Amino acid sequence: MNAASGAVELLVAAAMALNLAALGRLRARDGIRSVAQQGALLGCVPALLAAHPRASLLLLASGTVLVKGYLVPRMLRGALRGAASPDEERPRSGVPYGVLLGAAATAAALRFAPRLPVLAAQRGSLILPASFATIASGFLLMGTRSKAIGQVLGYLVLENGVFLFGLLLAESTPLIVEMGVLLDLFAAAFVAGIVIHRIQATFASLDTRRLNLLKD
Amino acid sequence: MFVALVLIGPILGAAAFLLPRRGMRLALLPAGAAAHLALTLAALPAPAPAPGALLGLDPAGTLVLVLTDGLFLACSVYALGYLRERPDRDDRVFVACMLGFLGAASLAALARHLGLLWVAVESATLLGAPLVHFGRRPASVEATWKYLMVCGAGASLALLGTFFLAYAGLGNPGGGGLGLDALIHSAPGLSRTWLRLAYAFLLVGYGTKMGLAPLHTWKPDAYGEAPGVAGTLLAGVLTSTAFLALLRVRQVCVAAGPGAGSGTPLVVLGLASMAVAGVFIVGQRDLKRLLAYSSVENMGVLAVGLGLGGAGVFAACLHMVFAAVAEGAMFLCAGNIQRVYGSKHLDEVRGAWRLLPWSGGMLTAGFFAVTGSPPFAPFVSEFTLLSAALRAGRPWVAGLLLAFSMLAFLGLGRAVLAAVLDSPPAGMRRVHEGAWTTLPPLALLAVAAGLGLWMPPALRGLAQGGAALLAGRP
Repeated sequence: MNAASGAVELLVAAAMALNLAALGRLRARDGIRSVAQQGALLGCVPALLAAHPRASLLLLASGTVLVKGYLVPRMLRGALRGAASPDEERPRSGVPYGVLLGAAATAAALRFAPRLPVLAAQRGSLILPASFATIASGFLLMGTRSKAIGQVLGYLVLENGVFLFGLLLAESTPLIVEMGVLLDLFAAAFVAGIVIHRIQATFASLDTRRLNLLKD
Repeated sequence: MFVALVLIGPILGAAAFLLPRRGMRLALLPAGAAAHLALTLAALPAPAPAPGALLGLDPAGTLVLVLTDGLFLACSVYALGYLRERPDRDDRVFVACMLGFLGAASLAALARHLGLLWVAVESATLLGAPLVHFGRRPASVEATWKYLMVCGAGASLALLGTFFLAYAGLGNPGGGGLGLDALIHSAPGLSRTWLRLAYAFLLVGYGTKMGLAPLHTWKPDAYGEAPGVAGTLLAGVLTSTAFLALLRVRQVCVAAGPGAGSGTPLVVLGLASMAVAGVFIVGQRDLKRLLAYSSVENMGVLAVGLGLGGAGVFAACLHMVFAAVAEGAMFLCAGNIQRVYGSKHLDEVRGAWRLLPWSGGMLTAGFFAVTGSPPFAPFVSEFTLLSAALRAGRPWVAGLLLAFSMLAFLGLGRAVLAAVLDSPPAGMRRVHEGAWTTLPPLALLAVAAGLGLWMPPALRGLAQGGAALLAGRP
């Protein structure tokens, strides 16, 4: 393992730990910070992947750090502004079930991901289990948060997990597609930010449990 | 030419967003639709896509592109009348997103790279969000939110499945990457484990966008709250791009050979969608939600056809076009009716025949069309599918298809006929129906009826070509 791949493993491990941090944070602002840190860490990885830095991977890395680490979190903080109600999730009990479930999912990912057939060069890498653990954490966040911001954070963590898997392919995917994916993520967060504004203005709360007008 | 087809929509959309004068902005809609249609016709008949190219037109892509053009033209004319009736609303974002949506849908039809296809479908989904939200009622905010979250999660799973597919080819000599031609060419050597995982995730991801049960929950909310013109675009175009994506996935699976994932999950999902739709149609009291469930039912028909393979895919390709045209007409008429009654609830919408003879009559005709009654075109595609199921030795599939179609017919018929034929609420009088909002659904219905009576050889050829994509022949 050379220095670059050691650094990649370290970044990926830190990103995996941030899953649990995001699951544990109940204040929206803290959650946004964890997800921003995760995005920025993962964004650095493409720059370290190739033995020799390639322009396309460097561009992807800087684009990802900018979008995931700065622009999207900034938009979400902007969406929170003007939220009159406290942005805190109320824990349903004293036990942090989210973190515990996230830890269980991480353990399961670490246990089972190595059973999948991977390329020889990627055997033993943390990227694959970290991807699965992050996807599971994203779904956990989306499923357990009642505030609109918390659900968007879940979606972003889910996207980070997919991005992690994409790192295994970074060298074989055209830059235009990678950039398109990033642009769509940015657009999704932008639209979500606007809708969060509208939810706040319409329902005087960011609690999605109030969104119950539509049913059969 | 292909690049122009993709870019003309977004460029005109940006112009519409910047134009200060409303009249000019609205004029961009039919102008953009006509220009796009002209470009499409100039590109046809398209030569076989060059191997390795990012953009190209094969028969299935051509069908989606032509369908997009037709529906968008109808919607752009309708929007002229509709938006003029809503002078209180700022329509800059709406018009810009409609035109952007045209570009994204064209990209999906043209994409020869599964990553690019994902980008296109996801862009179309996001551009659809402001269309759903246009009513700006609390219910539209809620619908937009659910649309974003459910479709967002579906998009992530589809992207993951796309990446799995790329990974399946990584150790494969001559493979790797997500170019459609390369994937199909190297399919027999793809890793079976990753290919099956990819198939499962892509099915769930794009199935969510199509609105296959049990992943359809966003659909009645979004279609129910969206203006009729947005309902037409989402139900007719967005779902067709997702269907095209699943067809691409099946292309790879079929080319990979045995053990790569059969069509059975699609058949099961399709029949489940038809069952769920039938049950919810029967008790439904909201006109637009009713149409949304009818769309779920038709997506079920498409999934069953795609899953059966062979003549089933031929039927599904036809049904994609026919059902979209019929549903489009119904969504536009439902919009007209909702504006006059100030409601879409079937307790209040009664006697539409007396108040809006054109829209009421067309809603009735649309009901017969969308449920596959002769002489309308969906009858032809559903009948073709039925006989395909029988010939494929799956009589139980044919039986369930027939039973669920009957259920939808009865439920939809009861609701629509009551809304149209009963006596109208006291004090309401007949209104003048404008040409802008009446002619587009009329044209769509005329197309649905015309194609039922005579199918142009070119259309048949495209659907046969779409089916041949899954038969291993170019």
